[in-house]
Amino acid sequence: MIAELGLAALWLAAALAFLQMAAGALALRAGPDSEIARLTRPGAVVQGALALVSFAALLYVFAVTDLSVALVAANSHSLKPWIYKVSGAWGNHEGSMLLWVTVMALAGGLIALVERRLPERTMQATLAAQGFVALGFYAFLLLSSNPFARLEPAAREGLGLNPLLQDIGLALHPPTLYLGYVGLSVAFSFAVGALLTRQVTPDFARVMRPWVLGAWIFLTLGITAGSYWAYYELGWGGWWFWDPVENASLMPWLAATALLHSVSVLASRDALRVWTIMLGVVAFSMSMVGTFLVRSGILTSVHAFAVDPERGSFILALLAIYIGGALLLFALRAATISEGERFSVASREGALVFNNVMLSGILAIVLLGTLYPLLTEAFGVRVSVGPPYFNPVSAIFAIPMFAVMAVGPLLRWRRDRWGRIGKQLALIAALLLAGLVLISMIGGIALLPLLGLAFALALGVASFLPLRGRRLARTPLATWGMVIAHFGIAVSLFGMASESAFSTERLAALEIGQATTVGPWQVELAAVGPQAGPNWTALAGQMVARYDGGNPVEIVPMARSFWAPPQQTSESVLVTRWNGQLYAVLGDAAEGGRWQVRLWWKPFVTFIWYGGGLIALGGMLSLIGRVAGDLKRRRVRRRARQRREDAEVPA
Amino acid sequence: MRRAVLLAVLMGAPLAAQDAMPPAPYAYRQLDDAAQEAEAQDLMETLRCLKCQSQSIADSDAPMAGDMRHQVRIRIAAGEDPAEVRGWLMDRYGDYVSYSPAMNVRTWPLFAVPGVLILIAAAVLFRRFRRAR
Amino acid sequence: MNWRLWLPLTAFVAFLAIAAYSMSQPKDDFVRSEMVGEPLPYFSLPPAAEGQPGVSSTDFADGKPRLLNIWASWCLPCIAEAPQLAELERQGAEIVGVAIRDKPEDIAAFLAEHGNPYTSIGRDDLSEVQLGIGSSGVPETFVIDGKGVITYQHIGDIRESDVPLLLEQLREAGA
Repeated sequence: MIAELGLAALWLAAALAFLQMAAGALALRAGPDSEIARLTRPGAVVQGALALVSFAALLYVFAVTDLSVALVAANSHSLKPWIYKVSGAWGNHEGSMLLWVTVMALAGGLIALVERRLPERTMQATLAAQGFVALGFYAFLLLSSNPFARLEPAAREGLGLNPLLQDIGLALHPPTLYLGYVGLSVAFSFAVGALLTRQVTPDFARVMRPWVLGAWIFLTLGITAGSYWAYYELGWGGWWFWDPVENASLMPWLAATALLHSVSVLASRDALRVWTIMLGVVAFSMSMVGTFLVRSGILTSVHAFAVDPERGSFILALLAIYIGGALLLFALRAATISEGERFSVASREGALVFNNVMLSGILAIVLLGTLYPLLTEAFGVRVSVGPPYFNPVSAIFAIPMFAVMAVGPLLRWRRDRWGRIGKQLALIAALLLAGLVLISMIGGIALLPLLGLAFALALGVASFLPLRGRRLARTPLATWGMVIAHFGIAVSLFGMASESAFSTERLAALEIGQATTVGPWQVELAAVGPQAGPNWTALAGQMVARYDGGNPVEIVPMARSFWAPPQQTSESVLVTRWNGQLYAVLGDAAEGGRWQVRLWWKPFVTFIWYGGGLIALGGMLSLIGRVAGDLKRRRVRRRARQRREDAEVPA
Repeated sequence: MRRAVLLAVLMGAPLAAQDAMPPAPYAYRQLDDAAQEAEAQDLMETLRCLKCQSQSIADSDAPMAGDMRHQVRIRIAAGEDPAEVRGWLMDRYGDYVSYSPAMNVRTWPLFAVPGVLILIAAAVLFRRFRRAR
Repeated sequence: MNWRLWLPLTAFVAFLAIAAYSMSQPKDDFVRSEMVGEPLPYFSLPPAAEGQPGVSSTDFADGKPRLLNIWASWCLPCIAEAPQLAELERQGAEIVGVAIRDKPEDIAAFLAEHGNPYTSIGRDDLSEVQLGIGSSGVPETFVIDGKGVITYQHIGDIRESDVPLLLEQLREAGA
């Protein structure tokens, strides 16, 4: 019954998405004051509510393990822990698409409810575009991925007890990315709306900015968490493989980062109008392209995902309609939108434009490297593109970007003189040079990590320079956000470069009682014994690790064997210090009663993810600052209107 | 077998004992010479495991990846240059085995496009800032 | 009209074309050997089964074309292709086996159960020959001509429909 309710709500939501699209589109002709235009906003709000009902129904059937629902039978199990039963609702293709479209519908409802800053005609166009995008997803769900399909007769037990998928990281990671994708889809709708009415204004940028910021925060968190998950789960100490699935999440982030900065320029300076629209389309298309690449299975990746060619075709069709349509509109309309205000090289906008171009360059490189194997396979040739390609080639654009990133925030808007910030420039250059010289004196460090360390140093200091001479308590939150996010980039870069330059690895076959060293650590294998868990047995290695002869730390890496389905995993152990991590893995038994042990010492590797956290924190501060500012302006406007009305009454 | 290995790798876990043989001597053993081991490690990180979905031989527990690591280590230990070892494998498995694409008739766009991108970026910036004056 | 504004759409259409084409093609996960057309590299493997010789690359240059079958007792498709190997042997093909990462007792048990179509079997415990000839999985079957040159690679287990094809390749290699 609940499943049918969910399905009915989904159909109704789809119908309302159609209504929203049609009413919004007709309102473009009939005008924003017409009868039909009055349907658009309520349509969006009710659609959001219905999608929420549908998703709640899905959560319910998963929570109670209703095995007469095919999706539950295929992906859940009555013995799963409760939290994984619920998270199982979106741990599969159908459920994740329903989550996506639900969040999208809620976002649409929210805009329809509160957003009054834009000209109503643009709002109608935006909501029409939003309904159009949502309609495609509803069609996808209802026609080819119905999450509520019944199973006749009901299954006796579910199939989804895969222990590897019972992981809190896996439960939270996909929704984080979807939230990011949805934010970009809202930005896309705004871009299309503004393109339709040719009203690309600072107001438009201000309305769009929180959605881009929000999307960007979630994407940052998603990538950071995903990278850490791969790092500890795959058991080989790698944290980024330039794997297609990873690239699929990185590309929207790069585009969103560029969009975020160009939206800021548009909001404060009314410049970069066409460029912002273009990036709004590109950012969403990157999330769609990523979704397509991951789900269609046309690229080989190390990360598991249910792939299905039919779904792939559907997503490709949606991609073609949305993005092809938007780009066509762009080609036809963009020439009639003027570029906006001009500015000189030595200006905040100049630096932002430069870095926007650099980010686009990196994005193009990642896209090329990810798609190139696909292209050659069409001609029957298989090639591999990996880290030795991506690292140096993206550095061509990344290195100048870091340099400009250090300087840009110090510049004034519109026009500035280099001489004004001469001292700061000299400081940054001196830091960079000192870093390069001192670090290269250590010796044996490859060029890229060397550059990375030096730029991290310079950028880390430079990111705080914009606060110089300001009263910190009165500095706007958005500025703090920028400072912290830029500092986070430096921190993350430092972690990456340090990991690459200073990691040491030790593979050893140890007897019980024998010790080995890795970096400053001494690790002794004390014992190996069996251990049992709820659905696994394991060989557990008791190890005693000492940092530099200090206090012993007991660690127990395991090789686990699960029963259903039979699988082996290695449970690595991480020992975190302020200056890095010890990474320990227990391997197989070797001859002569020895045990294979894999150990890594990775100095400052944690900074990679601390940096990611700081970047997201900076984004949040910015978002809070912007939204608070918007709300304040709204109150002020309302009060002013009130006063005007009060004044008019006696007249 | 192929399918089963694929599935196992997909789940991020080695398949339970697909063969009973112990791993090759240098699959999990480092070379005694630290400089040679570093060379071998750098090389292994850029060679693709042929049985895995998308992993280097340095990141895989597949037995064949172990055998490839053994080959790489003994060849480096015998004094071969990393480029020679990579070439030896590419003679057998083509461009697919190397994550570091070599410039050739099949891969030249990977190297041409970045060059073109640099030119485009320069042109975009030049046009914008020239008009600003 | 500004032609530059059409560039994004053009690039996107190109992407769509490639993606749609790739979707329409069956996924090919095979890594083909680049050694087809090249002489066998030098190797010499110890015998894998009692009463049968081992395999050396020098055995192949005697003018007679042969099949080189890469297999293992632990590999399930190898069981599936055993009848086809027997059929090839019955039709006069000479088959040389290379057992990958395999124990003699397992090999003996496999041959006892599924038949022994091989004239000689070598033990390749470190996948050296497999790597040497560019094979990336088990089972695979190579056609070697009388001069010791690899002329054909068959990836995966041999199905019934593959038998005439392999015989044809063998005949061509003998010509």
